[in-house]
Amino acid sequence: MKQKDLLIIGGGSAGLAAAVSAYDAGVRDILIVEKGPFLGGILNQCVHNGFGLHEFKEELTGPEFFSRLVDEVKERHIEYVLNSFVTDLTKDKVVSYTNREDGFVQVKAKAIIMSAGCYERNAGAIGIPGDRPAGVITAGQAQLYMNEYGYLVGKRVFILGSGDIGLIMARRMSLEGAKVLGVAELMPYSNGLNRNIVQCLEDYNIPLYLSHTVSRVYGKSHLEKIEISKVDDHMQPIPGTEMTFECDTLMLSIGLIPYNNLLNHIGLPTSRSRGAWVNEHMETKLDGLFSCGNVLHVHDLADNVVEEAKVAGKAAAQYLDGKLPRHEELIKVEPGDGVGYTVPCEIDLANAEAVVPIKFRVRKPSKDVYLEFKFNGETIRRIYKQTIIPSEMEITPLKKELFTSNTGLLTVSLVQKEAK
Amino acid sequence: MEKEYDLICIMCPNGCRLHVDKDLNVTGNKCLRGVNYGKAEVTHPTRIVTSTVKIDSHELAVCPVKTKDPIPKEKIFDIMAEINKISLKCPVHIGDVVIQNVCGTGSDIVATREILQ
Ligand SMILES: Cc1cc2nc3c(=O)[nH]c(=O)nc-3n(C[C@H](O)[C@H](O)[C@H](O)COP(=O)(O)OP(=O)(O)OC[C@H]3O[C@@H](n4cnc5c(N)ncnc54)[C@H](O)[C@@H]3O)c2cc1C
Repeated sequence: MKQKDLLIIGGGSAGLAAAVSAYDAGVRDILIVEKGPFLGGILNQCVHNGFGLHEFKEELTGPEFFSRLVDEVKERHIEYVLNSFVTDLTKDKVVSYTNREDGFVQVKAKAIIMSAGCYERNAGAIGIPGDRPAGVITAGQAQLYMNEYGYLVGKRVFILGSGDIGLIMARRMSLEGAKVLGVAELMPYSNGLNRNIVQCLEDYNIPLYLSHTVSRVYGKSHLEKIEISKVDDHMQPIPGTEMTFECDTLMLSIGLIPYNNLLNHIGLPTSRSRGAWVNEHMETKLDGLFSCGNVLHVHDLADNVVEEAKVAGKAAAQYLDGKLPRHEELIKVEPGDGVGYTVPCEIDLANAEAVVPIKFRVRKPSKDVYLEFKFNGETIRRIYKQTIIPSEMEITPLKKELFTSNTGLLTVSLVQKEAK
Repeated sequence: MEKEYDLICIMCPNGCRLHVDKDLNVTGNKCLRGVNYGKAEVTHPTRIVTSTVKIDSHELAVCPVKTKDPIPKEKIFDIMAEINKISLKCPVHIGDVVIQNVCGTGSDIVATREILQ
């Protein structure tokens, strides 16, 4: 069996940045295993701009952003294999993958970084009533066809879900001559970034129907039309509010889910983000197995993915040097009122750096609130937010000295500011 | 300006809520880019256009491109028409100019990906 000090599953932004940071912290024997034909992950199909402002201090397109990471990997002669699908991972850290040249390969790794990204919720997940014709496609899949294979998947398009990928594709398809008839969003607010509402919908006069859903799909072999309805407070379609649109494509942008199956399979605990349970070093409950990027929790910004992956890469190097011991005394981190999940789920204060970033998302858009951090019942930090929305991940750095003990419970909650 | 504007800055994912008053003073921005965006948006709005161009390659059917500089918003579809007229041969490198001074905007269309074969 092949041996490796560090094996990285997935060569997207997270895997590439983790490899570089592990290398720079002294690890030399690294292998990146990537299932696709290129390094770079999802950014291969994100030809739009809006990347890199934090990491590279300039605005880049997706391909320009990942190319810089790939250059860093190549400069360091870090080994990678493409078209290689990781099929299995064991608790002894044996990773199996397959590809055309080598067939079935097993590698025993001392440390592993999981960075396999996320997948899209599809039509099956929401069970829209009506026919099951061709022409219903997830936005990310349509983006792949358009931006790598050069196919426009339809000419008259309706979009369900206001996630960023759907918004970006609304613009992209409009630019290529398709008519985008509208976007329906179940929630009373958009799930995409505000800038994308402006530059992808408003710029192209595409209506956004909030509190609406697709209530029926029509079409014998190919999609012919859809019906949308307004929804009530329980998200149920309200009879009498139906509108129909003749279209050949229904694009779904209804959420991303961490592709954490390999870790679920060996029974590793997960967090409410549906990714792995990790500590402040992005280490899972299995010693020497780290997780970062969209497989851990879905990020809006590639820059944040890179930041997190650097932590994982450096931690893997520390682990390989025997410098990342586990301690008995731990701080548990839990989402409180109004907060969906947190990363990390636990802090080993003895190992932690001077500042511990706590990442989380709020459950619903809120105004005039405090983010309240309580440690063992006492407020250790409070931040006022005029507006806060679920589609933007929050990152709050907490100084190590705020914690008065190595054990206990840290909670993050949303508290409404009292009206005067 | 005749009136005041409330805008959402599109310069980065922060999406700051900007206010532009009649004298073109911008508030609500977190950085200087917001000031420039706010002023431009109410006087002569511009955008970066990103798209793809056909390429004769073993690896990919299309090569991603962008306008090197922001272009006037009303020229977007004229520029798309020009982008869709051309096709490329390998090798292409990041930053290679594929159309010069597109539609007289003063901005070039450049490749955003390396495609060697
Ligand atoms: C459509 C879209 C638009 C976005 N727009 C922006 C934007 O404008 N600005 C911004 O900053 N961010 C944006 N983001 C977010 C950001 O780009 C991503 O969150 C980030 O790039 C994700 O990196 P990752 O490495 O975690 O995942 P990915 O890039 O998905 O990489 C995961 C890699 O793992 C590989 N893999 C998965 N399973 C296996 C397996 N079993 N074996 C081997 N390999 C495997 C995959 O092939 C893939 O290459 C966007 C994301 C999407 C999807």
